[in-house]
Amino acid sequence: MTVTDQNNAAPQTRLGLAKRGYSGVILHLDVEEGSSSLPAVELESRLIELGFVEGARVEVLHEGIIGRDPIAVRIENVTVAVRRREAMAVVVV
Amino acid sequence: MEAPLLHLALVGTPNSGKTSLFNALTGSRQKVANYPGVTVERKEGFFVTPLGRQASLVDLPGTYSLRGRSPDEEITRDFVLGRAAGEALPDLILCVADSTNLRLTIRLLLELKQTGRPLMLVLNMFDIATRRGVTVDAPRMSEMLGVPVVTSIAVRKSGITELLRKTDEIGLQPQAPLQQNLWRPLSVAELRATQREADRIIGATVSLPTKPDTWTARIDAVVLHPVAGLVILALVLFVMFQAVFAWAQPLMELLSDAFAALGQFVHDTLPAGLLQSFLQNGAISGVGSVIVFLPQIIIIFLFILLLEDFGYMARAAFLMDRIMGGAGLHGRAFIPLLSSFACAIPGIMATRVIDNRRDRLTTILIAPLMTCSARIPVYTLIISAFIPDEQVWGWVNLRGLVMFGLYAAGIGSALGVSFLIKFFMLRDYAPAPFMLELPDYKLPRLNSIAIGIYTRAKMFLQRAGTTIFSMMVLIWFLASFPQPPAGAEGPAINYSLAAIIGHALAPLFAPLGFNWQIVVALIPGMAAREVAVAALGTVYAIEGGKEAADQIGQVLATKWSLATALSLLAWYIFAPQCASTLAVIRRETGSTKWMAITFLYMFVLAYAASLITYNVAVALGAG
Repeated sequence: MTVTDQNNAAPQTRLGLAKRGYSGVILHLDVEEGSSSLPAVELESRLIELGFVEGARVEVLHEGIIGRDPIAVRIENVTVAVRRREAMAVVVV
Repeated sequence: MEAPLLHLALVGTPNSGKTSLFNALTGSRQKVANYPGVTVERKEGFFVTPLGRQASLVDLPGTYSLRGRSPDEEITRDFVLGRAAGEALPDLILCVADSTNLRLTIRLLLELKQTGRPLMLVLNMFDIATRRGVTVDAPRMSEMLGVPVVTSIAVRKSGITELLRKTDEIGLQPQAPLQQNLWRPLSVAELRATQREADRIIGATVSLPTKPDTWTARIDAVVLHPVAGLVILALVLFVMFQAVFAWAQPLMELLSDAFAALGQFVHDTLPAGLLQSFLQNGAISGVGSVIVFLPQIIIIFLFILLLEDFGYMARAAFLMDRIMGGAGLHGRAFIPLLSSFACAIPGIMATRVIDNRRDRLTTILIAPLMTCSARIPVYTLIISAFIPDEQVWGWVNLRGLVMFGLYAAGIGSALGVSFLIKFFMLRDYAPAPFMLELPDYKLPRLNSIAIGIYTRAKMFLQRAGTTIFSMMVLIWFLASFPQPPAGAEGPAINYSLAAIIGHALAPLFAPLGFNWQIVVALIPGMAAREVAVAALGTVYAIEGGKEAADQIGQVLATKWSLATALSLLAWYIFAPQCASTLAVIRRETGSTKWMAITFLYMFVLAYAASLITYNVAVALGAG
């Protein structure tokens, strides 16, 4: 499943691709995607522990200087820094 | 009969204000040690409850869950489950939450409930939440969670009254029958379900802030800006560097003079002989040469704790993550490595901000490669004796260029070693992805910072008093025994074990162009690198010690070839011999193995670098 071949109109994307200023809601986690060094279950657990659960509001607040990486994400009322490769697992709409 | 000691454990997510609550409860009655066999710091404090019950409180490493994904988190899990070796099962677990940010802690609390231990939720920083217009229905929350809930303001004396009262209440209750531990690692689905449950409880009991925190957003707009952020970081580091070198200097000189005066006093008071030599050269100058670093350590920790408390450290890690990541280093390794330019000892102690074991070990292993200030006297001595004071390319001073080259070689080799460690040595250890909460900015709590500095300084002095002191005595012994025969000529050190070792090792170092005098000087240089300068003076029978540095340089220029001088410079880029650094590495990693590995790899690098330098220089006609 790639991001571009979505048929429905909703601009579904991955948090790992989002630009600064993007805001949306978490649709689900898809840990098979992306190039994180972590095993899928571990990555999913960590994301949930930092509050990345379905329905949570997210906003990309800041980006790093090299490759716009890592990103600082406001999730509900917590700010979390993640690298884009891990954020690829978060599907947002 | 006196009631038995009440065992309390403090659990919470990182940034929940756990440490300031710990400091508020226990003040300076703290004991810091390591858990057996691991790098994890064990902090325990003591206090007396209002009803006079003695209580011990253990500050467990911050965690988001009981899964135990790192050695720190395993400690927290084992401790609350009563599995930690030699630890009492806690009578009460205090689960600390930042009241402005309850989501992650409530989820952790729901998981903690499964352990069956008595539990209390502490809503910390309640004043900040109130100021933002957040209201919490604590009785309702307590009912929904099934555990007592108290609010606290760790920064105020009166802020922990309710917490203490409730603790007494629970302490008075007859020991409840041990509840069964139902905890087991949660599956992803269960994790998700507990987070939903936590969100449901929060939705029912906590109102949204009417005045959200706008300061954090405003500060971050500048501080996390890709360009402005890096400029600010550079500025912060510049001030820190200045402080460590400039502010600490007068204090360090004062300490150094005081120890010299004390040594002189002993010298004048006692008759010449072994006791006099031991007290002056072994004990006083040995311990003195380490305690001199205390001002630098205090200043570095003042900065680190201030920045950490304010919330800036996580931002610095964010800014540096990709830049450091190229060499396999974690963003958080930045400050410790920078501190190591002053001295590797505070740098290695500062690696405690890195929570992942692998990243922390890598940083500890390469910290001694940063050119510390103790190498500067050696560098300047050799450079001024051998490198001509002339301009290259019209505007660059050759001596400055060599000095810069030595620093650059240190940094370059540190990055290279880190890269190799990543690939070969710690491969089986899952690298920590960079996932980090950026906490809201808070005004630093000075009281808490003072306690933090006090604890660090105490640890350092204890270390100077034990491990480092015994190393110093050993080195003094080597340099003093056996005594020269009556009527012997030349300096006493030439008859000592150090000289015997020096002669014995001379063939090993001959390929590097080192003569036996250099090898002998390297032995007292184990105490502190700059001592090698004074030792060279002693070996070449030059009176006057440090003041005679120019004179030493002139003598060396006649006795050594340029190739030998360059080879010694190359040696000192790596210079494995610093007893204090090795002792600190052993303490901080809790293992002799890592100390030995550091010594060996630096020795090999130093040897190889000198060998290459010497032979290339000889081939180019500098022999």
